[in-house]
Amino acid sequence: MAVIRDFAFQGAQMLLVLLLSPLLTGFVRKVKARLLRRQGPPLLQPYRDLVRLMRKEVVLAESASWLFRVIPYIIFAGTWVAASLVPTFRSGLLFSWSADLIALIALLGSARFFLALAGLDVGTSFGGIGSSREVMIASLAEPAMLMIVFTLALIAGSTQLSTMAAYMVSGEVGLRVSLGLALLALVMVAIAENARIPIDNPATHLELTMVHEAMVLEYSGRHLALIDLASQLKLLLYISVIGCLFTPWGIAPPNGGAAEIAVGVATYMAKLAVGGVLLAIFETSIAKMRVFRVPAFLGAALMLGLLGTLLLFVSRSL
Amino acid sequence: MATYALYGVAALLALAPIAVALAASARASNVIYVASLLVTLALGVIGLMSLFERTVSIATLPLGLPWLGAHFRIDALAAFFVIIVNLGGAAASLFAIGYGSHEESPQRVLPFYPTYLAAMNLVVLADDAFSFLVSWEFMSLSSWALVVAHHRERENLRAGYVYLLMASLGTLALLLAFGLLAGSDGNYAFDAMRASHPAPALAATVLVLALVGAGSKAGIVPLHAWLPLAHPAAPSHVSALMSGVMTKVAVYGFVRIAFDLLGEPAWWWSMLVLAVGGITAVMGVLYALMQHDLKRLLAYHTVENIGIIYIGLGLALAFKAYGMPVAAALALTAGLFHVFNHSVFKSLLFFGAGAVLNATGERDMEHLGGLIHRMPQTAFVFLVGCVAISALPPLNGFVSEWLTFQAILLSPQLPSWGLTFLVPAVGALLALSAALAAACFVKAFGVTFLGRPRTPAAANARETDSNSLAAMYFLAALCLVAGILPGIFIDALAPVTNALVGKSMPHQTGLDWLTVVPIAESRSSYNGLLVFIFVTLSGSIAAFAIHRLASDKLRRGPAWDCGYPELSPATQYTASSFAQPIRRVYGTTVFRAREIGEMPPPGATTPARLTVEIHDLIWDAAYAPIAAFIGYAAERLNVLQFLTIRRYLTLVFSALVLLLLVLAIWP
Repeated sequence: MAVIRDFAFQGAQMLLVLLLSPLLTGFVRKVKARLLRRQGPPLLQPYRDLVRLMRKEVVLAESASWLFRVIPYIIFAGTWVAASLVPTFRSGLLFSWSADLIALIALLGSARFFLALAGLDVGTSFGGIGSSREVMIASLAEPAMLMIVFTLALIAGSTQLSTMAAYMVSGEVGLRVSLGLALLALVMVAIAENARIPIDNPATHLELTMVHEAMVLEYSGRHLALIDLASQLKLLLYISVIGCLFTPWGIAPPNGGAAEIAVGVATYMAKLAVGGVLLAIFETSIAKMRVFRVPAFLGAALMLGLLGTLLLFVSRSL
Repeated sequence: MATYALYGVAALLALAPIAVALAASARASNVIYVASLLVTLALGVIGLMSLFERTVSIATLPLGLPWLGAHFRIDALAAFFVIIVNLGGAAASLFAIGYGSHEESPQRVLPFYPTYLAAMNLVVLADDAFSFLVSWEFMSLSSWALVVAHHRERENLRAGYVYLLMASLGTLALLLAFGLLAGSDGNYAFDAMRASHPAPALAATVLVLALVGAGSKAGIVPLHAWLPLAHPAAPSHVSALMSGVMTKVAVYGFVRIAFDLLGEPAWWWSMLVLAVGGITAVMGVLYALMQHDLKRLLAYHTVENIGIIYIGLGLALAFKAYGMPVAAALALTAGLFHVFNHSVFKSLLFFGAGAVLNATGERDMEHLGGLIHRMPQTAFVFLVGCVAISALPPLNGFVSEWLTFQAILLSPQLPSWGLTFLVPAVGALLALSAALAAACFVKAFGVTFLGRPRTPAAANARETDSNSLAAMYFLAALCLVAGILPGIFIDALAPVTNALVGKSMPHQTGLDWLTVVPIAESRSSYNGLLVFIFVTLSGSIAAFAIHRLASDKLRRGPAWDCGYPELSPATQYTASSFAQPIRRVYGTTVFRAREIGEMPPPGATTPARLTVEIHDLIWDAAYAPIAAFIGYAAERLNVLQFLTIRRYLTLVFSALVLLLLVLAIWP
């Protein structure tokens, strides 16, 4: 009985992240537009875009290979699996032990690896520019993320997201310098990983400033829809990770009843909304960086993460 | 078992004269490679049986030093490395059945190939210093002969020369290490060395010598200089053996001395090994990123992976020194599992590079491109290798790096200030090297196999033969199996860690869903099988749903590229341009890289030029001065060659007087 219930919750989580992620993106766009005193597209516009793209035929470049057609599915599946293993409204997910936080990061790394390959597949110069910049950004963002994971894992004594969230909510933690450093670094990495301003511009139409958009330039139809959905899922994933590690309040325990789950869902929605608003405010108040300023930005994140880990190596209570 | 293994080695050695005898025949290469395949398979089975039976067997031959004889032994560690050597050997032989038929001068490869395999086996089996060193030199020389097999290319000759010098240096260090271990009684048997407990200063010297001796063969920075020259120079199946297997034999040498012969380690040894490992990992991958020769890029990645292995070994030494056997077992398992993984995917990648070389005659990525259309199967298996070496789930490279990370997370318990600062830094270096490796293999695969062909040779490539493909598919399957069922491999390593650090990781194969749990489930767990199933399932469901419910129409058209018509494949990103952002970020400090752009004035008809300067600082600082000094000294001493007879007689006489004086003064 318990297994069936756990299965149901795991399935619910998978559907929830899939259904919520376009809404989150639409919400961020809406808030950004309102901050600029524009009307902005309706909240549900991302869903409409996805459905429209899915129904269209794919126009494939003549030089595209079989790999180019498989990659959207790989990226989508990898990101979706990663997103469904993050505790959102209820901890103790059935399969959360199958990949810890390091594995989760690496899973996103696999998705990025294939996306960068897709940029090179057609053999155009814009695809190449996107891929080469993406791997440069990733070469700093990924170690920074791992150092953050180290910091958090040393505090919680685990790399398991459920255990970490449970430890964070238990009240044994308190305020710590290393946690502050980790939060700051994590936000910086999340901005870079999701191709947001100031690293990259998700709404750009100027080719030379593109990173993510340049890689997916040759995609169309259902392939493009899948890649868009994957990046929306990734944004949701990062906000969920920050939410479950740094604001773990309200997450229903594994044996929680209906009331606790309702609270969990409500707080989760609230966290996403707050995260979305903060992201929108941040993005409207800052200008995009030159590409070669990015290493300094991410290098700072890496150093913050390393500093957090070092502090914990020196003293477990910092 | 040891006796049977020696029969196998003898069979390999016997193949060498057969190869010489058959040299004229067209079927020689088939005969030799098929025979090598069978013998290495048999030796691999012997290794597996000894590992699982957990017995130690010894054999003594009346060879070698007269009072000692030649001792051979298979214990758990040797058995594990026998498997590595012969797995790689078998795959290379299978690959070479097809690949070797393209060899232009087979008589330069065939006799040395089985000899080389035999020598690597002998190093692992040896149980006394004398047979170890003789086998080690035998291994170096036979591989040197293979490196200079294509001796008409000047570059290969230079590679062979540097290799020979570095190999002698390494052997010298090992000779001294064993000499110190044997003590004044000259007891060269490993058993006697184990029983004697060397003084701390002596043990430390031995460790440093072993690090230099075995490390120069494994390719640790800064002793790596020969590796990226020599490994690519050999025929591709031999490159695979050198990179995938011989570096592992060198790791074996280090493990045997540091963990087995030397007894209890001192804590600071681990700092040395960790620092070397971390620097090697990052430097290796940064060098690799600057390359556009496919085989040289792979060779530099060997340097990187050796660094990762040494990080695991260093952590194991640290935990062992502080009496934490469980953590030491985890770190050692991580290191040794990476030994296995690297030997598998590096062989696979070199085979792929060999197949590309055969199909196009090109090693330079700037002249390739679009091979996925012409060689879809090679492209697929090469991609598997790329994903595996980039440490991405669900393949095997990720599991061993994940275990290393778990070992790092245990290290705050170490009661040492030096390690407290070093280990997080090494962790960051490891993370950096993993991310850079992924970048490098996006480049390697993307520029070689994707895009549009840059030369007619690439446009007209043909898929490689079925034997070569079989070898590559076999290794690719191993990458997947070791990635999704790592528990089996971790359990198989238990006897090795038991023997070396006294504990092993908890038993894995009995766990639910074959999860890997290094310490406790609340700490960390990883299940490659489930991740693989989830990703495959959700990808297939998405594909099915979209094709069924939405649209499955497809149309081919010219590439969009923001509306610019693409005329020439030369407008694509090349390997150098792909690495440009990374070169700018890291290379400006590490390689003092500079870009010099020459833009002609408006109206001038001269072409614009972009020159990139890269300095290999390690070569400039460590190797070039020594080479320059030797050249200088040789130039000066050259005078001695053209003296008159009177002067020679004077020289001889004064030398005699000098020696007599020394004898007179000597107490």
